[in-house]
Formats: sequence, structure tokens, C-alpha cells
Amino acid sequence: MPRLQTSAELEALRAKILAGRDPARPSIAVCGGAACDGLDSAAVAAALAAEIKNQGAGAKIDFRVTGCHGFCNKGPNVLVGPDDVCYFEVKPEDASEVITSALKGEVVDRLVYRDPASGEKAVHMSEVPFYKHQMRILTGDIPRIDPTRITDYIAIGGYSALAKALSQMSSDQVLQEVKKANLRGRGGGGFPAGLKWETTKNAPEKTKYVIVNGHEGESAAFMDRAMLTGNPHRVLEGLIIGGYAIGAQQGYIYTRHDSPSMAKHITAALEQARELGLLGKNILGSGFDFDVELHFDVGIFVSGESSALMRSIEGNPPEPRPKYIRTSVSGIWDKPSNLNNVETWANVPEIINRGADWYTSIGSEKSKGTKLVSLSGHVVNSGVVEVPMGTPLRTIVFDIGGGVPEGKAPKAIHFGGAMGGSIPIDLIDAPLDFDGMAKLGAPIGAGGLLLMNEDTDMVEIARYLLDFLVKESCGKCVPCREGMYQMLKILTNIIEGKGRKFDLERLADLTEVTSLGSLCALGKTSSDPLKSMLRYFKSEFEERIAAGSQTT
Amino acid sequence: MCKQKISGIIEKYRGKPGAVIHALTEIQHANHWLPRAVMQEVADALGVPFSQVMQIASFYKTFSLTPKGRHEVHVCTGMTCHLRGGARLMEKVAEITGLTPGETDTDAKFSLEAGSCLGSCSIGPELIVDGKHYGRMTPERAADVLKQYE
Amino acid sequence: MTDMVLQIDGKEVTATAGMTVLKAAQQAGISIPTLCHHEKLEDYGGCRLCMVEVESRGRTNYVVSCLYPVETGLVVRTRSEKVDKIRRVIIEELMARAPDAPELLRLAHEYGADRNRFEKEASFCILCGLCVRYCDEVKHKCAVGFIEHGHVREISFIPEIAAKECWRCQECFAICPTSYAQAAYLLTEALAFPGQRKKASAEAKRMANIPAVPVTFVKRPPASKPEMAR
Repeated sequence: MPRLQTSAELEALRAKILAGRDPARPSIAVCGGAACDGLDSAAVAAALAAEIKNQGAGAKIDFRVTGCHGFCNKGPNVLVGPDDVCYFEVKPEDASEVITSALKGEVVDRLVYRDPASGEKAVHMSEVPFYKHQMRILTGDIPRIDPTRITDYIAIGGYSALAKALSQMSSDQVLQEVKKANLRGRGGGGFPAGLKWETTKNAPEKTKYVIVNGHEGESAAFMDRAMLTGNPHRVLEGLIIGGYAIGAQQGYIYTRHDSPSMAKHITAALEQARELGLLGKNILGSGFDFDVELHFDVGIFVSGESSALMRSIEGNPPEPRPKYIRTSVSGIWDKPSNLNNVETWANVPEIINRGADWYTSIGSEKSKGTKLVSLSGHVVNSGVVEVPMGTPLRTIVFDIGGGVPEGKAPKAIHFGGAMGGSIPIDLIDAPLDFDGMAKLGAPIGAGGLLLMNEDTDMVEIARYLLDFLVKESCGKCVPCREGMYQMLKILTNIIEGKGRKFDLERLADLTEVTSLGSLCALGKTSSDPLKSMLRYFKSEFEERIAAGSQTT
Repeated sequence: MCKQKISGIIEKYRGKPGAVIHALTEIQHANHWLPRAVMQEVADALGVPFSQVMQIASFYKTFSLTPKGRHEVHVCTGMTCHLRGGARLMEKVAEITGLTPGETDTDAKFSLEAGSCLGSCSIGPELIVDGKHYGRMTPERAADVLKQYE
Repeated sequence: MTDMVLQIDGKEVTATAGMTVLKAAQQAGISIPTLCHHEKLEDYGGCRLCMVEVESRGRTNYVVSCLYPVETGLVVRTRSEKVDKIRRVIIEELMARAPDAPELLRLAHEYGADRNRFEKEASFCILCGLCVRYCDEVKHKCAVGFIEHGHVREISFIPEIAAKECWRCQECFAICPTSYAQAAYLLTEALAFPGQRKKASAEAKRMANIPAVPVTFVKRPPASKPEMAR
């Protein structure tokens, strides 16, 4: 494809692509996301492709393997267009029926959704309870595109935000729009992205960097990977716009090394974007030069911490730096570097296209837009969910999640993985947002929501989370390295019935000093889950300690 | 054969001290472990102290200072898998292979690693062998899965 | 270089821009305890013992004075209930690793720390990094480095380099707060290149007319076990 020299050429290309496509034509989209892949959706995709060939229907039906459709535990997922018929738990043997009925505009009844309680059917995506209560602004496009084909992304309007920003807005105007939208960081900090961008932009150094943090080390969070694998162009477009707004010339995407399909999709996206001139020199004739490098982590949680990540990009061990040396001012190679999470960048194109006013109409007072939630644990429906900020947790857990399986009662909801916290189920009407949840002691972090049933041992969960962090500590500072280790020892003793009366006092001191004294967020938040367990489930600890001291 | 590959990688990054992690990652991928002599070559070629290469190599789980087995077995120990019985699965796999996470057996057949949240939480607990995902895994089925591997 | 005025423990202190709070305090004769700090080395911020309370723009924070830059109008408190508690717990955590280190015993006495508060796992190393950083930044030899991460982190002498450099230098032995650096070196020598020192020492004696440098064992300060204030 020839290099695009102007925004007008991009629109011409878009029109050309759309002209060659028929929206009324049947289509098959097979989910190739992590969970569906683990349930062998590749075999399903191969069977469907073979069946299309067998029936000689290649010209009559579109076929694509996409990223994550979201309803992970019901995979392999297949979405049939043009009417968005959802098939679940599809097997290779179903291929012939699926293709035949798609060509006829019919539905394979046994593959559609059935409510486990009422048996009620739901054929179309908008009717399926899991999807019905969501607002899929970021994730809705994933089943519609093949992530390795930039033409698919362009066909659904991709890169129009970039064209608008470069041709109709100044870099300051772009930044102001993002500030006005009150886009807050979705990696865990919830810090206003616009302010961070501004600090980087105002830093005196000419060389600046922008970074996508795709590390997603938080346990039970899998939506960033879904986003990067399913629609890398969306994230890339946001990054380029951000680079333009901030005045950066180089971007980095930093992600995990353990997903070959994600690596493949991002690499393909970068190559194709470069080919079309959406990356490189003089993008769309704007005079803006920008390119992106892809970096992989080497398998340690702390390298998701922003300053540690930057050390890693430099080729050094990922040791974090204290926060008063702000990375927006001095980051990679001491140059101003703006780092944001995958989801944060993915929000940018829509903010530019539809405006900050539209964006702020969604969500709650201080938390705007939608939030990706990785819903898992003891829950009937699990997967990647997208809801407006301010949605009550009850909606997510019951209406979308379908409640707890096997008729058990829910006990607690955990957010934020090893650096978050748990709240008891009686707080389930709390809205999903940054500040309220933080006050309750369960900051939403990156958005991994874990539902725990009545059989869950909260002391054991606290110990498990500490064990995870102890193994991931970089070891530089004493409060994290030694403090966490001692907390782990005490909890292990309590669980093994060797708890002693002064354990709670020692834990209180350790949690306080580790929170105040640690160098980086890993250490500082490491005791947050334990603190939340002690806040809401203290009796479980006291009982274990009392029981232990009776036998010793 | 591998020596050539390694030399090629080292040459690619010669004189680039910032590329230690890249170089080691590629060598680990090609060679399945990082011999000390190779690490010294990397240090010399890239212009960094040996202690820095050693620190990086020992810091990250993905680097191995001893030869890895033919098959890499990962058991997810992430939070969701843990809630759904991941610890029992790990115990069983450890029992079958005779390894603890981080170890390789003496026949260099299996290397066992504890993965922390591999992203397929909805189908946990997960067992991953050579990159192939086995979801909804139970301790009982683990033996059958591992039996397939030579 | 602009001068600025800040307040440390109620005292007005003048400092130059870019200076750390620790340096400004030391210059003003106010002492703040440190373990991983050394004037010849880059500030590390690892031990966290030098934490102080700072008040700036209406907010109170706890920061490490060895890294925190001075600001005009900054209010610093080097002792407070919270600061002392942070230091006490840090000392107690470190004493689980090096229970008899004289420097830790002294600090324990000052801050009322209980040597036995936490379960001991004596590695005798507090991972202050002084040896590693000194060998890198001052001697430019990198004979000793860190390996592993987290609570299993260790210092490790590189035998090939240590065999050539260490016995002539030994400077890191004297700055090690627990004497572990010396022990680690001797163990490495015994395992990796035993007898080499004796051989090289004899060789040097023979070749030059200067006496060979004898290995001196660092003398520990007189062991006066202070009364634990408990």
C-alpha cells in the first residue's frame, strides 16, 4: 500500500476500503483471545475456514480470527454477522452447521446463550446478559477487526482521530482536550493523564518519550493484554496523538514476553502503520515525526512500575526510583518521559473524535469514561467487561457476572491484585470509581475484580498475596525486602497454628513502616491487602491466633 | 550451531551497553540457558562489568544459569487460579515431575516454573507446556497431560 | 548556585540548590543516622534509615533525606514519633539479619529497638550495597556485585577479578557495617583461588623491594554490649 501523504489521502483510502465491503454480508469472527485459545479456538477457526472453502463460499462470507470477545469462560466464542449472533462453546464439529446457517441467515439454536437459572435464550449480543449491561466503547471493536489487518481498523474509522488531531488541532489543543476530559490513569494510579502530559510537555529538555505500559503484572487482570492483542492500532493511535500533544519524537510499547500472539499483533501493527506513513517522518504531511519501539519484559512484576520499567528499557535491572524524581521530568536516560497504561492510551482517540464533553457525560463525578474490568474468581460469567465508571459493583457481580456458581454465597470482592484490597460483600452497592473504592480500602488498581465465595479463607489470601510480592521485590530497600518477608513469616505462623498474641501488634508496625518507608509503590502498597483483611475480617485472624495459642 | 547463533547475537549488540537485556534474552531463547563464559563474552563485547551481566541474569526468572529441560512446564499461581485450586495443581505437578519451581530434572526433560497470572483467568487453573495452554486443569488430569511429553 | 533557606528541627539552615536534605543537615551540624550512605558514593536510598518528616506546600511527607532535594521554605523534622518508629522498625528488621553488628547494636540502643523482635534469619548482610557501589564507583573494578533479588539477594565476589584485586585493596572490608564483605571475600578465595594470595604475596616480595602487603583483619570496635532500654 502506498504511503499516505495527507489526511485527505487517508479518507480516500478509507472510502476505497469501505466501497469494497458489504455490511450486509454474513461474517464469522472467531475469538483468538487467551482463554478461547486455551480452549483450542484455533481448531474451531481452522474447521470453519476449511468448511467455507469446502462450500466454495469464500466470496459470500467474511472470515476473521479476532482478539478477545470478552465472555471468556464460555469460549470458544464465535460471533456471526451481520446481526451479531453469539455462539458459545463452539466445537470444530459445529463448523458445517455454523457456515450453512450463516449463509442462509439462520441460527444454530443449540449454540446460543441460555440463562443457567431460567433457561431463557439470548441470540444476539445485545440480548446476552453478560453484554447487555456493558458499554463497550473500547472493546466493542475487537470482534469486528482482524488485528493483523490495518485495513480493517481503517474501515471502522481508525486513525481518523489522529488525522483530526494533526490537521485540525494544535498540540496544545489536543492536550487541553485530554485535560478537559479528566482522563485518569487506568494502570492503578488514577492520576489525571492530562496533568502528567503537561508536566512532560513543559519539561525543558527537547528529547521526550511516551510509553505504553503494557506490563499487566497485576494478578487476575487480563484486559490490557486483550486490548493489545485484539486492537493494537487503537492503543497505537492514542500513543501517536499523545506524542504529538506532548512533543515527543519516540514512543515505546513495553509489554510481557510470554504471549506470542500479542507480540505478533503489535509487531504487525507497527509495520503496517509505518508502511502507510502513520509512523515515521512527516506523518500525514503534518511535519510531525514519530516512531515506536516494542520492548518486552523479562518476567518480573516490579518491571511494571513506571520508573523500573524505564530502567528496563535502558537495559538496566528494573530498580525503581523514588517518586520525587518525577519521570515526567527525568525518565528514560533522564529525559522527560510520559508513561501511561494501555487502557489510558486506548481512550484517547475517542476523546479526540467525540470530544471531552461527550467523554465527561459518561461516568461519575470524578471518574469519567468507561473502565475495563477483568471479572474472575468464583463467578459464573468471567471475562473482560467494560462498564461506565460509577456502575455499582452489584451490577457487575450479579447482572453481568451471574453471581456465584454452585449456589454458594459471595463473601468478598477483591480489587487490585497483590497491591489492592478486599471488601466484604455487604459493601456491594459501592460504585466502581477511583476515589470511593480507595476510601473503602480496595482501590480498583488496574481493574481486576475477583469475586470470592463463602469458603474463602481470608487469612490465607492475605498470606498468598504477600508471598507473591515477596518473590517479586527487587530487594533494594529494607522496609519492602525485610518488612514484607517478616509479615509473610508471621502470617504463615498464624495459618500453621503457631500464631502468638503479639503478632497483630507486630503486623500493625510492619504494615505502617512498609507503607511509609518503602522506595516504590510495590513496597508501599504491599501491605494494603493485609490491611483491608484486618479491617474487615479481623476476627478470622484473631480466631486463628487464639486457636493456635491453645494448642501450644 | 548454537555457538554461531550466540556469536551472531553478541556481534549485533557489540558496543551497546544498553542492550544487555536484549542480548541475554536472545541468547536464552536460542540456547535455553546462559553459560558463564557466554556471559563474560557479553560483558566484554557490550562494555559492561561482568557483575552487571551477572546481576541481570540472576535477577530475572526467564534467564537460566543452568541448562533448561526440553519442555517448559508452567503452572499458573496467579490469584484466580489460586482461588480455584492452583496450589493443589502445583503440588501435583511438582510431585509428578519431582521438581520445585525453578528447577530442571536431571534428564533435562522438564523445567518447572510458577507463572504469575498468565492472563487466562477465566479458564483457570492453567497448565502451560511449551506454550500450549491446558485450561480447567485438575490435579487428576495433570499426569495425563504430562505423559504426552518425551 | 542559588542559596535557599529551609528549616531543620526548628533551626534555619542555608543550603545550595541541588543539595540533599541530609547534606544540608550535616553541614548545619544536625546528625541523621545512615547505613547505606557514603560521601564518596552516589546516594542510594536503600536502607531508609535517614527518613525524615518534611512539610512542603501544606503537606507532610516521609522521605529519605539522602535523596530528597532541598527547597526554599521546607520544614524538616529529623526526629518525631513516626520518624523514630520507622527507624526503630528498620533496625529491628535488620537485626534479624545481622543480630550482633556493632553499628546496629548502637542504633538499637539509641532508638529502643528490640534485637529479638523478628524471627532471625541471619545472613549477616544488610544489603546496604556499600561494598558493591564502592568497588564500582571508587575503585572501578566491580569485583563484587549483587545477585538475585528480593529477600534472597546477596553480594557475590567475582572470583576472576577478586583474585587479582582484592587482597591488595580490602577497602570495602572497612566500610562494611557487619564485616560480612570480608567474610564473603575470604570464602570466595578459599573456594575459588586458595593459596593464590600467599603465592602472589611471596612473588611481590621477591620482585619488588617493598614488603608484601599483609592481610590485615579489620579490628572490631570494643564489644561493649549496651543495656537494652526495655
